[in-house]
This record gives sequence, structure tokens and C-alpha cells, in this order.
Amino acid sequence: MVQIRNFSIIAHIDHGKSTLADRLIQHVGLIDERQFRDQILDSMDLERERGITIKSHTLTLPYTDKQGREFELNLIDTPGHVDFSYEVSRALAACEGVLLLVDAAQGVEAQTVANLYAALEHDLEIIPVINKIDLPAADIERVKEEIEVELGLDSQEVLLCSAKEGTGIEEVFEAITARVPPPKISPAGSAPTALIFDAQYDPFRGTVVSCRVFDGSFRPGDTIRFMSNGALYKIEEVGVFRLKFERRRELAAGEVGYVIAGIKTVSDTRVGDTITLDCNPAQVSVPGFKEAKPMVFSSVYPIASDDYQNLVEAMEKYKLNDAALVYQKDSSAALGQGFRCGFLGLLHLEIVQERLEREFDQTILMTAPSVQYKFQLSDGSKKTIENPQYYPDPTAIERAEEPYVHISIIIPERYMGVVMKLCTERRGVNSKFHYPVTGRIEINFDMPLAEVIYDFYDRLKTITQGYGSFDYEFLDHRESELVKVDILVNHEKVDALSLIVHRDNARARALHICERLKEEIPRQMFKIIIQGAIGGTVIARSTINAFRKDVTAKCYGGDITRKRKLLEKQKKGKQRMKMVGAVAIPQKAFVSILKTETD
Amino acid sequence: MDKQSKALPGLYIHIPFCLWKCPYCDFYSCTDRELTSAWLEALEREMLFYKESFGYFDTLYLGGGTPTVLSEHEITRLIATVHRHFSFSDDAELTIEANPADLTPAKAGLLNELGFTRISLGVQSFDDRVLNVLQRRHSAFEACKAIELIRAAGFQNLSIDLMYAVPGQDTCSWTTTLQQALQYRPEHLSCYQLTIKQDTPFGHMKENGWIPELDEAVEESFFLTTTDVLTAGGYIQYEISSFARDEKYYSAHNRKYWQHSAYLGLGPAAHSFSGRRRWWNHASVTTYIQRLTQGTKPVKASETITDEQIRLEALFLNLRTSSGMDLATLQTYTGAHEMLPHLIRSNLVEINGCRIRPTTRGLMRADSLPILFV
Repeated sequence: MVQIRNFSIIAHIDHGKSTLADRLIQHVGLIDERQFRDQILDSMDLERERGITIKSHTLTLPYTDKQGREFELNLIDTPGHVDFSYEVSRALAACEGVLLLVDAAQGVEAQTVANLYAALEHDLEIIPVINKIDLPAADIERVKEEIEVELGLDSQEVLLCSAKEGTGIEEVFEAITARVPPPKISPAGSAPTALIFDAQYDPFRGTVVSCRVFDGSFRPGDTIRFMSNGALYKIEEVGVFRLKFERRRELAAGEVGYVIAGIKTVSDTRVGDTITLDCNPAQVSVPGFKEAKPMVFSSVYPIASDDYQNLVEAMEKYKLNDAALVYQKDSSAALGQGFRCGFLGLLHLEIVQERLEREFDQTILMTAPSVQYKFQLSDGSKKTIENPQYYPDPTAIERAEEPYVHISIIIPERYMGVVMKLCTERRGVNSKFHYPVTGRIEINFDMPLAEVIYDFYDRLKTITQGYGSFDYEFLDHRESELVKVDILVNHEKVDALSLIVHRDNARARALHICERLKEEIPRQMFKIIIQGAIGGTVIARSTINAFRKDVTAKCYGGDITRKRKLLEKQKKGKQRMKMVGAVAIPQKAFVSILKTETD
Repeated sequence: MDKQSKALPGLYIHIPFCLWKCPYCDFYSCTDRELTSAWLEALEREMLFYKESFGYFDTLYLGGGTPTVLSEHEITRLIATVHRHFSFSDDAELTIEANPADLTPAKAGLLNELGFTRISLGVQSFDDRVLNVLQRRHSAFEACKAIELIRAAGFQNLSIDLMYAVPGQDTCSWTTTLQQALQYRPEHLSCYQLTIKQDTPFGHMKENGWIPELDEAVEESFFLTTTDVLTAGGYIQYEISSFARDEKYYSAHNRKYWQHSAYLGLGPAAHSFSGRRRWWNHASVTTYIQRLTQGTKPVKASETITDEQIRLEALFLNLRTSSGMDLATLQTYTGAHEMLPHLIRSNLVEINGCRIRPTTRGLMRADSLPILFV
């Protein structure tokens, strides 16, 4: 009988998760040496380029151990970045065990800890693995000590491997089969349930649902029901993930695979939902995975406003594949119709932006990221906003609050000074330190999330020369002195550029935007005045002088065609501009304001 | 496109010969005078292609090149050929471009006899240092002499070409040149900013950094000096570079280019326009002769322009002239409604009756005006 094990690999970024996954795939012979391409699971271009895993991928590995017992090992790949804890949580909800990967040279990092906690929440078997033991800088004994002291795991049970060299891989397989418990067998007659942990849209077959079956089984011909909305679909095909889809007769309890059921209504499928059978419906959904909590907000607009309808469709399809993104309709006087989106973090925001552009061919514009603010108003009412457009009348605000996060930074001791300075500059309070092992320090602060999303991680990496590891979790909303800064171009408010900031940061941020706009807006026929203002008070200003002279002397026979072609080209370029009053603002001006400088 | 329907077409003939090439010029010309006779024959063949569809004009413009390098005999032969195949209205404007160095009393007299009503004299400057930089064949003194010759020959309509923003020239020298020109009370003045084009000797010098990039403030002051001096002298700036003493001296031929009127261009590199077609000839005397000897038109390429393209062209062509554009027409363009108040407030355009006209400030920035309306 074939036994099943469901597991994930969790690790801090760059600790070699994708390389290990690829090595496991190669070891079971799913592909041979010749076909082997580095990091098969990182199939999105974006993932390869950035060297990170964004999306969870799933694969069924056939494995036979030394005693000849046959296994199907379902590897559910997870993203490693701090922003993607939601994706990790979904993947973990479908597993019984995890490989917790730690870099032999770098040791335990901030996200190693965060990932461990997530696995413990799901009550999973944890197998610590020290990877990259081939590195000259590998310090296995120190890392074992960190695993014992910081993670509280038994260092006797740590596996050693080098995914790159292929050493220790067999031991990893043995540990998976021996230590990860098999899925629980459901009692006879229980209603079928399966947890949706991912979905993708196929233009020909509709939504392809990735799921983990907990009870019962699902077969082609069965009518499934989505428990959150009651939508019914007839299963066309089920199967497991090899490098391609592999069709099966059924998906039974404990198995991980896909379901295709002609699901054309994209919004019917919600990752995290439970599917059951219409003829024998379950009463309770599969528990055990966290709702995504958006922390960072930004509005997305099509560059050309007639592309709005395309964007609507792209967002729907995108959402299928990234349940963490939340959005609703939004509109701006400057940018037209769009969406207000909630993201897990700044990286998540960037990923969504790039994927929408690359995979869905959308040309979009995103506004400066914001967080969720709470206001107590003088009439006794409360207001929660994450969009500067809805900032309440300042005279009516009795109390303003902004979200704080608890940040954790692990660094070599020598960077303590610069990191402390950065954190206090960024309004960090309640600092705590401790030394997990000699030479390394963990620093904790309570810090406004708004400071974190404003290029904090980039700054941290720069000042610690890449050695700083960072994680954060939401704490609460705390009282703060907030102001709304408006940006005006020739005295017209560019609503999409408004931002809510702490009073102390207002001038610097406003000036930064004014300067950026000055660089990015081409000179025009008339002088352009750019201002940053709080209410009626101007706090920053820059000026773009008008053309003094711009005319060619001659325009006869041949010049006319040339001039017209130039004008036609300019006209095309103008479609990528946004008009604010009489001023054409290029899209890249908005983009450049969004991407803040690192120094 | 105002007045297009009623207007007769104009005839342009490109005389592709020069004694030598000025280092800033990117018009097509050739210095091999041996080809003149064959070119004249080819020109007649080209006329035959168009005598049915064109035939009756109200302007003639002999440009170049340097039309006056042709001998008296050659010019006579050329004009005879023109009259053999084409005819002109009684009030036609017949212009020939002239280089001051080429004019003799006999040649000036001949041009008058041949019926030319207007001479466009390439003076460029009354400052010998500037003429030297431009490597012109004539001195300031010769230019003055040429003007006197032209007047003595009986010409009532003289246009003088001048050039500003020449390397080494300052606004002082330019003002003096303008004032000297004014002393002759020419009916018309064309004042062009020197434009340094790629693939000219000046262009190469600029690439190598020998000619410095012009400061925008300097360009502005040259432009404004021109307008100020000539306006004070009683001239009307009816287009970016064109000034006339009276409305009746506006160049009828040039205005065809700006009003989408039809024009036929003959000779190498000449451009033609009629209806929705625009076509242009090969920019090579030898190819030109070859094609016509083979019995084919020397047309290098052509385009058919759409209504939308006509609209685009009309926009920038009109906004380069002081009469501007019909307000109602302009308001059919996207953005007009939004842009006009800003442009009026910034003193770039003004409303005059039912027309919207660029101000001097507007004319000076005419290349960036049209994009605001599309």
C-alpha cells in the first residue's frame, strides 16, 4: 500500500529552500540530471529574478525507502518572505510536518523564528535541517546551539545536508517518512471535505483548484459545493501534481491534488474555503488557517483609463492565485477609476504590481502605500481609514491612532549602533535586546507600521551590509499626531499623491515628493508650481520653469510630414501621461514617488 | 485649411545647383554644373507628367540650391519651358531666390524681363564676421550692392533672408543687421534662427563640441530682438520667421504650405501636395535625370494623409502663424476647452474676434503648443 506524507519546507529567505526542493525532485527521479534546471519550483520569472519564492507550488514525489515501502510525498512549497506568512499558513494547514531549514553559515534568522511559530500553531512535526554545510563559512556547532537555544528544538535531531552538493538528501527522505505522521484516516461515512490552498486560472478549463482532502474522497462526476458561497460544480477531472498534472480516478482523504470542474466564475473560488460534496455535505469547514490581514494599502489605476475593464478582469484572475490580496473599487479625480488594494506588506505590493504587469499585461499605476488609521471624532463617532482621500476634517479629530508593529531584528553585534539609530529615527519605542549566542544580538522595538513600509527594510539591509534579518508582527493602534499632506500642481490637488504622515515627517516627505515631481515632469509651456501643503499651509515647494523658446525656424514641404510624425509620436506618449489641470504628469513620476530613495 | 478650396495651386521648382555648399545647409544641392543641361531636359519631362492634372497656378517659386548660379541663357530656357507647359494667373507671385554674389545689372534686368515679380535675396547678415562664419560667397558690401541692383532693375517686391544665433554672433550684431535691412525698406523679411542639422559640416562641428550648445535664454533674446526691432520698424510678423511691410506682401507661395493648399514641386528633392496626397522626389540630380530619361516619375515616396492627420497638421501649421486658427475649429480638438484658459492666462495665445492667435510668447514656443490640444 502506498503511504502518504504531506510536508512543507520553511526557511528564512536565501537559506536554500528552493534548491533543496529541486534536489528532492531530482532524487526521486521525476526528472533526470539532463533536464535539471536550477530551482524548478520557482517557475515564475519574477521568482527566479528575485531569488525568492512568492507562490506556493505543490508536487507529489513518489518515493520507495530501503525496506521497499512505497510513499507519495506531497511537497507543498511555501514562500519564505515575511510578507507571505499568509501563504505559509495556507500551505501549513495542508501538512502534517515541515522541514525547518537553517543556513549553516548564517544560522537562525528572524523569519526562521516566525516560521517555526507558524508550524507550531498548526501542531506540525518539525524536522530541523542545517543546509549549506559545504560552505567554507559553515559553523555547524554554532548553528546547532542556536537551534537548541533560540528555537528550543533538540539539536540531536538536526539533519545535515548540502542541497547544492546533494549530500544528506537520503537522510532527509528517511526523516520525512519516519517522523512526519501519516494523514489521519477519517471515520467511515464522514462527509467529504477538502481545503483549497491555491488556485490558478486556465482559460480553457476554468479554475484549477489545488486542495488537500481531509475526509472522504472526490471523483470525476461528483458535484462539489463551495462551503463559503454554496456554488455547485461537477468535477471533470482530479489528479496529482507531478511536473505536469497527472490524472487520477479519485482524490482520497490525506491526499493533495487538483480538481477541475469547469469553474468559469473566477470569484467562486476562494483560497482557504472548504469544498464538500453536494450529496453528502459537511457541516463544518476545515479549520486551521489564518485569514489574511492586509497591512499596507495602495490604489491601482490603469494608465489609460479605457483599460479599466481589462484591469477588472485581471484583478479577478489574479486574486484567484493570491488570496492575500484584498481590493475594492476606488476612484481618483487625477487617475480615474481603479481599485483600493490591501497587501500583506510592501514586498507583496511590489509583487502584485509586477505580476499584474507581466502575467496579466496590465499597465498600471500605484499610489504611495498607506496603512490603516483610526480616528476618534468630536461628535463621538469613530472612523477607520486607509485612504488619504477619506481623511476626516482635521478640526473634528479628537484623537488619531496609527498601527504599531513589534519588530525583531537579528544582526551581528557590530551593527547594533547603526540599527539602534535607524530604529529610533523611525520612531521605534520600548527597545529590548538579547544575545541568543555570542556575537549576535536580537533587537526588538515597537514601531509604527508606516515607518516600516517606508523603505525600512531596504535601509536596514544597506546599513547592515545585508546581515540584518528582520520580521514584524502587528501589535495594536496607538495614539499619534497625524497630518494629511496634499500635493498641488499649479494649485490643483493631485488627490492620488495625498498622504497621511506623522507631523514630524510631513515636511521631509512633502519636499521629497516635490523634488521628485520636479525631476520627472518635463518642462512645459508655462511655469509649474509644485507644492506640498497641510490644509492651507504650504510646507514644501518646487518650481519647474517654462520653456523660454521652443520653435523650429522653418516649416515647408518636407518639414510638414516630419513635424506631423513627431506630433503623432508625442500624442502616443501623452496617452501615458496623466493630466492634472493643464499639466501632463508622466506615469513614471508617480512610480518614482512610490519607490522611495534608500539614502 | 482656411481658403483651400478656392486657392489655385503653387509651383515650386528646385534648382539643385550651388557653387559650393554652405556648412549649415541641409537642403539638397550639387556642385557639378556639368549636369545642368541634362537636368533642364529632365525637368521638362517631369512637367509633362503633371501638365494635365496641374497646369494653372498663381505662384511660382524658384528655390534651391542657388537658382542664380544658372546662366542668363539657362534661366531664360528654364522659364520658356515653364511657360510652354504651365500658365499663371495675371496677379501671380513669381519668386526667385538669389545670391548677392551672382547678381549683375544684366542678370537683375533679365529676371525682371522674364516676369519675376519678387526676389528673395539670401543676404543672411550685414556683418562680415558672421558671413565669414557662414562661409557665404558674398560680403556685406556686395549684399548692399545687390539690393540696389534689384531696386534699379525695377523690382517692387524684395524679400531679404537673414539668419540669427550664428556662432560668434551677439544680439548687438544682430540688431545692427536688422536695422541695416530696414534702411532698404524691403517688402518682406525672412529671419531664421540658424538650425544646426546632423550630417552637415556644422553638425559635425557641434558633435565634436566646437560649436557650443545654445542657451535657451540667448535663443529667446534673439527671437524677441527680431520681433521688437522689426515690429518697431512697421513690419508684421505673420509667421514664426516671416515679416512683411504690409499684408499684401505676405508670401503667397509659402502660405500655401501652411494652409494645406495644393502645390507641385518639380526637381530633385521637391515636395508636392494635392488633396490627400503628398509625394517627394529623389534627392539626387543623377537619379532624377535617370528616372526621367527612363520615362518614369522621379518620385521617391508618397503618403496619403487621413482626415485625422490633416487635422493634426492644420493644428501646428496654423499655430505657427499670427492669424492662428478659427476658434470654433480649435474647439473641436481634445483638450482645447481645458487648455485655452491656461494658455490665455499665461499670455501664450489670445482671442481676437473669432480667431485664436498665438502671442509673440506663444509663437516663440510654437513647437510645444499643438500637443496640448491632442
